[in-house]
Amino acid sequence: MTLRIVPVKRGVAEFNAQNLLSFELNGRVKEAATQGANKIVLNNIFGQRYIGTRLYHQDPLEIEVNGTPGNDLGAFLDGHRIVVNGNAQDGLGNTMNNGEIVVHGRAGDILGMSMRGGEIFVRDSVGYRVGIHMKEYGEKQPVIIIGGTSQDFLGEYMAGGTIILLGQHRGSNITHKMRFIGTGMHGGTIYISGNIKNCHLSEQVTVLNLDKKDHNIIDKYVRKYESYFRVSKNKAMNLDFKKIIPVAKRPYGHLYSH
Amino acid sequence: MDLHRNLFSGNNVIKAMANMHVRGNGLGGGFAVYGLYPEYKNHYVFHIMYQRRDIKPEIYPFLVKHFNVAKDEEIPTNPSKAIHDPPLLWRYFLTPKTEPQFSDEYVVEKVNALNTDFEGVYVFSSGKDMGVFKGVGYPEDIAKYFCLNEYKGYIWTAHSRFPTNTQGWWGGAHPFNILDWTVVHNGEISSYGINRRFLETQGYRCALHTDTEVIAYAIDLLIRKHKLPLEVACKVFAPPFWSHVDKMSDVEQKWINAIRQTYSSLLLNGPFTIIMAHHGEMIGLTDRIRLRPLTAGIQDNKLYMSSEESSIRLISPNLEKVWTPQGGEPIVGRLNQKVTTHSSDIIFAKVKT
Amino acid sequence: MITHLLPEFLIERDHKRCIRCKVCLRQCGFDVHYYDSDDDQMLVREQDCVGCQRCAALCPTNALIIKPHPHAYKPNLNWSKDHIRDLTKQAETGSVLITGMGNDKGLPIYWDRLILNASQVTNPSIDPLREPMETRTFLGQKPDKIQVEDGMLKTTLAPQIMVESPILFSALSYGAISYQAIESLAKAATKFGTLFNTGEGGLPIPLRKYGENAIVQCASGRFGVDAEYLNSGVIVEIKIGQGAKPGIGGHLPGGKVTEQVSRTRMIPVGVDALSPAPQHDIYSIEDLSTLIHALKEATNYEKPISVKISAVHNSAAIASGVVRAGADIIALDGIRGGTGAAPKAIRDNVGIPIELALAAVDMRLRQEGIRNKASIIAAGGFRCSADVIKAITLGADAVYLGTAALVAIGCTLCQKCYTGICNWGICTTNPYLSKRINPNIASQRLVNLLQSWSLEIKEMMGGMGVNAIESLRGNRHHLRGVDLHDWELDLLGVRGAGR
Repeated sequence: MTLRIVPVKRGVAEFNAQNLLSFELNGRVKEAATQGANKIVLNNIFGQRYIGTRLYHQDPLEIEVNGTPGNDLGAFLDGHRIVVNGNAQDGLGNTMNNGEIVVHGRAGDILGMSMRGGEIFVRDSVGYRVGIHMKEYGEKQPVIIIGGTSQDFLGEYMAGGTIILLGQHRGSNITHKMRFIGTGMHGGTIYISGNIKNCHLSEQVTVLNLDKKDHNIIDKYVRKYESYFRVSKNKAMNLDFKKIIPVAKRPYGHLYSH
Repeated sequence: MDLHRNLFSGNNVIKAMANMHVRGNGLGGGFAVYGLYPEYKNHYVFHIMYQRRDIKPEIYPFLVKHFNVAKDEEIPTNPSKAIHDPPLLWRYFLTPKTEPQFSDEYVVEKVNALNTDFEGVYVFSSGKDMGVFKGVGYPEDIAKYFCLNEYKGYIWTAHSRFPTNTQGWWGGAHPFNILDWTVVHNGEISSYGINRRFLETQGYRCALHTDTEVIAYAIDLLIRKHKLPLEVACKVFAPPFWSHVDKMSDVEQKWINAIRQTYSSLLLNGPFTIIMAHHGEMIGLTDRIRLRPLTAGIQDNKLYMSSEESSIRLISPNLEKVWTPQGGEPIVGRLNQKVTTHSSDIIFAKVKT
Repeated sequence: MITHLLPEFLIERDHKRCIRCKVCLRQCGFDVHYYDSDDDQMLVREQDCVGCQRCAALCPTNALIIKPHPHAYKPNLNWSKDHIRDLTKQAETGSVLITGMGNDKGLPIYWDRLILNASQVTNPSIDPLREPMETRTFLGQKPDKIQVEDGMLKTTLAPQIMVESPILFSALSYGAISYQAIESLAKAATKFGTLFNTGEGGLPIPLRKYGENAIVQCASGRFGVDAEYLNSGVIVEIKIGQGAKPGIGGHLPGGKVTEQVSRTRMIPVGVDALSPAPQHDIYSIEDLSTLIHALKEATNYEKPISVKISAVHNSAAIASGVVRAGADIIALDGIRGGTGAAPKAIRDNVGIPIELALAAVDMRLRQEGIRNKASIIAAGGFRCSADVIKAITLGADAVYLGTAALVAIGCTLCQKCYTGICNWGICTTNPYLSKRINPNIASQRLVNLLQSWSLEIKEMMGGMGVNAIESLRGNRHHLRGVDLHDWELDLLGVRGAGR
């Protein structure tokens, strides 16, 4: 494979991704990283996939994606920061281990699937099965924060980590309509601001009021959200959250016998 | 779809499909175009595939017997290295030799006969002022092969296939068609066995060896034969869950009970996104738990629906509105009307007491 | 005359474990166990043992092993031990041999030769514990289409009975089974959300509070049938035949007709309750139509009418006739179905397996364009949830459980139901024995059965990528056959595995 030299100026590499296949694009991104870029700007992105996935061995860097990245943005991401100026598609942060993804727009389905570390910030709303089978262990505490709402099966089969939904769109409240929230959940926490009906929650979860620890977590991430998306301060801070956690560690234990 | 019925070229559609190249495996690509034969608006246009050239002469007498043939010609093609061993594609502009009120049924009957009684002959489309172009190849290659950049239409649907259950063949590419209905489908219909058994008792013959075919026949049965509103037909395919029905009003419950119990064999199970079209309407529908993707966008009175947003953005960067639908809820684009996204707003208001 | 019969069962007692508590003595209705006070030990009259395992199950020290007696005639593949025994009995009694429960002769079980699909790659399997999985089923006649005019729904559906899971309790008559057993079935059906069936025995007044979950049967003996009875359940079932004994009527030996049975069935105490072979007002198909409509009149057209037939050679044609006669539900009972009492020759030799009958009936009704006119309930020896789901896939709307329900309560298939002595308290009207069933506990066992099978069915459905049972019903695409001849594959409408 011939290596293309990507120009890196003062640590920044920028190029036009138009007509590049995913494989080619990600190859150039890796090349730029190898040559010492700590920020890579990609323009005219239309559907290229797995951006950021090939960078396992590289030192932490930032990728700015201008356009609409394709599926599996930041899949298996292990460090690095990806900022999307536009909407993202399905599979964002799939099995992500470390790092940060920020989306100035909406994102699609199965965002943060099997996520085990790192943080994802989405300004607007997201699709189905967000945070499905998210995990945590020790210091590895993944967080997903969504400014708007999500669709069905939020936090399905969640085993750890934190999901925060602000239920806001351009300053006003959005009505949450998602159903089957936390189905199969057996670990982790979901915080939702806005009205949710009991019939939209699965039988495996229960709703609690926030304690001090919860408030601290929400404070921390809402502030970060506000700073990333330049939302007026204190607007988000006045939101009223509910805490959703699993009822049991083995929600289906009684159903199986030998 | 252009909601004001302005005709547009397929170039952008082809570009958007090429952008999703990796979603298919080159064993099927196809397009449906509406409004492309304005000089023959009132003729049924048959796009017929002949797997062997020598069969074609046998068909002409059959067509002449049952129709007045205004014109017939080979569908213009551009030989291409990417398209291997193509069959012969011919189009006929026809009027049925029967009274107008029986025309549709007559056409369906003759198309059925062509598909089942003549070996190696398949009708790709048979509606008025519309046509299906499809075959074995990537969609962008199929588009080039059929010179699609030379046509203009007000609805374009397109599909790239990754066949698994059946081997790729020219007739198995999407869209599937009956009269002016076309269907493109992403997914697999796990209820195919019973959908097909039921449709066969209603007189439809599934000759094209692909599960998607049943969707076209089902929509024809429900809308043309049983005269159900479109949103009701969509509820047959993707009805709400009983757990939600139990919380609905009495009137809505009566509707859903009637629909689910009468048409249980037409529920489409398994993951699916389908885009259906006929003159005047383009409909996007996903399965009840949204196992397949669909993104919709609107810009300048054009409704876009795609498996990926990026392909829409490529050809229409400044979308006024972008969303992913709720599973089981149809997105309906209708000429000169606002795009609808929730069926329950439109219908289920009246029940005979 | 002296008998030449050898004991069927051998009872092994570990005398070191036996503590002479005499539970076995009290529990055995056949008086097999007795106490010898001189030697302070328990002895047995093994020739009376029926192998029901009640004593072994309840012995507090597990001192008892009951097993088939190892005595053997010279090995002979043509004359089995059973044939020799049966003939000997008849030589000594000159009578028709009677037996209980279902055919035990090893006819091919097609459920064991049909296998199910699972989705992979092209279609995700669905997880029933986390994503919705619908098994709700409606029994009754469905229209050909729905009519909509000016956005108004004009179609009214014929009466439908909703069950959450397609598993119902089969016809088990009071008299054939104890009051406590039928009470347990009624309680369980109500708790779970399914239906139980009164069988020929009528519905005792105290159990009419479970009417919302009852199928009331109108059989040839018309036992306990009056207008109030007919209106006390949600479905009325005309019993033409049952799988265990096609062609003959019900048989309740006089010994089982107690005061309470007498009151419910309206016949004298101690007299054999014989149901005639045919219903004497149905000698031809148009007579059936008359009865069906009479019952509709009697129930103000508010209840679906079911017709239960045995699975025989021309079941498909009969079923077509029955549906055209106006039945809303058709129940098919196969040769492996159980009974409280039937002549052994008929139980073992008359009728066909339910799998073949179901496949043929479903196919014929669809060919004639009338499959929607009646729901199909299949019966006849369903042993596990896999049997049930295969029946649905072949085309059944629901299945009836008879033997399985009794096994859940405690039955061990000793086949002595006709004696009226059932040590488990199930197939008896002897109050001392039937008290052994606590309906609260027995009904919980039945609910557990329904629940566990329903969950297994949902798992298998999910495995096939199906989340609504209507997409599986009749979808033979999801079945394959192993070790089946071409004609069997053809009749069942399935391909061989691998295709």
